[in-house]
Amino acid sequence: MQIKSLEELKKIKEEYKDRVRLRSQVEGTGDQTEILVGMATCGISSGARETFNAFIEELAEEKLDDVKVITVGCVGYCHSEPTVQVNIKGQKPVLYGNIKKENVHELIEKHIKGGEPVKRFILSTDFEIV
Amino acid sequence: MEKMRMNVLVCGGTGCIASDSEKVAKNLEVIIKARGYDKEVSVVKTGCFGFCEQGPIVKIEPDNIFYVRVGAKDAKEIVDEHIIKGRKVERLLYKDPEDNKPISRQEDIQFYKKQLRVALRNCGFINPEDIYEYIAAGGYEALGKALTQMTRDEVVEEIKASGLRGRGGGGFPTGVKWEITKKQESDVKFIICNADEGDPGAFMDRSILEGDPHSVLEAMAIGGYAIGADKGIIYIRAEYPLAISRLNTAITQAREAGLLGKNLFGTDFSFDITIKYGAGAFVCGEETALINSCEGKRGEPNYKPPYPAQEGYWGHPTCVNNVETFANIPVIITKGSEWFSSIGTENSKGTKVFALAGKINNVGLVEVPMGVTLREIIYNIGGGIQGGRKFKAIQTGGPSGGVLTEKDLDTQIDYNSLLEVGSMMGSGGMIVMDETDNMVNIAKFYLEFTMDESCGRCTPCRIGTKRMYELLNKITSRKGTMADLDALKQLAYMVKDGSLCGLGQTAPNPVISTMKNFWNEYLNLIKDEDHPRGEGKYVPKNKIGMKS
Repeated sequence: MQIKSLEELKKIKEEYKDRVRLRSQVEGTGDQTEILVGMATCGISSGARETFNAFIEELAEEKLDDVKVITVGCVGYCHSEPTVQVNIKGQKPVLYGNIKKENVHELIEKHIKGGEPVKRFILSTDFEIV
Repeated sequence: MEKMRMNVLVCGGTGCIASDSEKVAKNLEVIIKARGYDKEVSVVKTGCFGFCEQGPIVKIEPDNIFYVRVGAKDAKEIVDEHIIKGRKVERLLYKDPEDNKPISRQEDIQFYKKQLRVALRNCGFINPEDIYEYIAAGGYEALGKALTQMTRDEVVEEIKASGLRGRGGGGFPTGVKWEITKKQESDVKFIICNADEGDPGAFMDRSILEGDPHSVLEAMAIGGYAIGADKGIIYIRAEYPLAISRLNTAITQAREAGLLGKNLFGTDFSFDITIKYGAGAFVCGEETALINSCEGKRGEPNYKPPYPAQEGYWGHPTCVNNVETFANIPVIITKGSEWFSSIGTENSKGTKVFALAGKINNVGLVEVPMGVTLREIIYNIGGGIQGGRKFKAIQTGGPSGGVLTEKDLDTQIDYNSLLEVGSMMGSGGMIVMDETDNMVNIAKFYLEFTMDESCGRCTPCRIGTKRMYELLNKITSRKGTMADLDALKQLAYMVKDGSLCGLGQTAPNPVISTMKNFWNEYLNLIKDEDHPRGEGKYVPKNKIGMKS
């Protein structure tokens, strides 16, 4: 579809706004649970692709079809790659660091299914976004 | 889990536990239970708030009130006053060190305000391969606004008024560059994005292109509209395959959505972008060399003037801006120049992304408003030096910059102040050195880099850097003499003064600044004294006083 005016652009923005809940500080309003995996060069080189695949596989096995796994860029926490952010409706997003593929199971069991964040992986986010 | 009306977060980080936060949490729990509120108020132990100096920290949500230095005895007051009656306990609020006024919201405390993300606003939060996520985050609105509601002059004026300066290192005002290119009379003009990021240890541009490629495309279209160019070129090094593939995806999606191509937003402005791959030569980050490389010639710089704005790509007026500069543009258009110029210092507005590397705990990317100090970046945001060792120096500006030492740590970061203390802003790489690093070796490392990267066009740079490297090699292998030191110093200034482009003019900076700040380390090597933590094994002279 070609966007030909500012109004059209804004309409698309409204349509898709729920898909991007400005995932930083705000509580999620989307219906879907989302898992954002940092897949810039730094993430991939520390194993983000394996983490990403592990999420997809395990979610498929567990038949958690309403959970979406999304690739995103680098959040700047290269010291703790791979980074994973979990957005669950009505909760503040949680940013995890050092999520290797071995840790995926624990994250899905405890956080996605159980609703309890896995504290030892949590990174504190100390920035604001315009 | 029952729905709680209120959460009391008590910091359970090591720092706060050391100052007895566990007792605070326990007292809070006991008192809440005694008052009968334990069904609706829960006490949660959290990870470190990063504000250990003021611990123990207690935060009440959803009120978003932030208490510091809470003692076990204060628990009763917090429960009775805040949780039951809903009144803030003024005495426990954090007081601003400057005006001593109590601050209740965490966001208002200076420490947490250090990082502000403008250029990195979408990195890590949207899917870079989905244009709709970018649009949902407010993307392409700035382009629409510029094309339909602003004249070309207004766009240029807006950028000029914002005070945005080139983020690639030069610091030339972006609005002025656009204005000069706009004023040129020519039917064909070009706008080029410089994504030839070559400093060792710098990866800001790569992260932006990998995490938010559309912001650069949008900004290039805005720039094209402002200066009157209908073609954009992204010059990107071939070593960034992921960034290239995401850019290609982004360009395809933008064309499909009609956001690149003919008659954007129904106006008569058309704009398209092509990608040009660089072979990774450092000198191609210099704009005239970059243009030569784009044309398929050798990547060698030209003498300026004429500036690219007058005669650039194939002789046409060309505007070259850096990736990070572009990433700032859409926000300036949507939020206005006034907002942007409210951030930063008098002559450097906005924020800057830095890549922290070296002996620092939190290696990574940070974006801070101009005017924060190096100390804040290293110790607050960067988490201090690895292994608790002592800070020795920080190299800013990559191989073109200089080292800054302890005494410069309280310098406010902006283009001018960094030049004053003998370094430069550069593109944003920051390499931290600790007490175990030998500074002469650091200088040698950078010299080796510039020697390799010298394009060979002018003699001072081609031969000068090579000779300087040889001298440094002799000195670090403990065979140097005082005469070598003199020669090195003299040569450094000759290369600095005699070179054609920025590469040669700045190549000696690491040597000059380490000589200035760490002269003793040079002397130690000449006198062949054992530096306690110098690099390599100390080999004493043999019996006849000759080095083996």
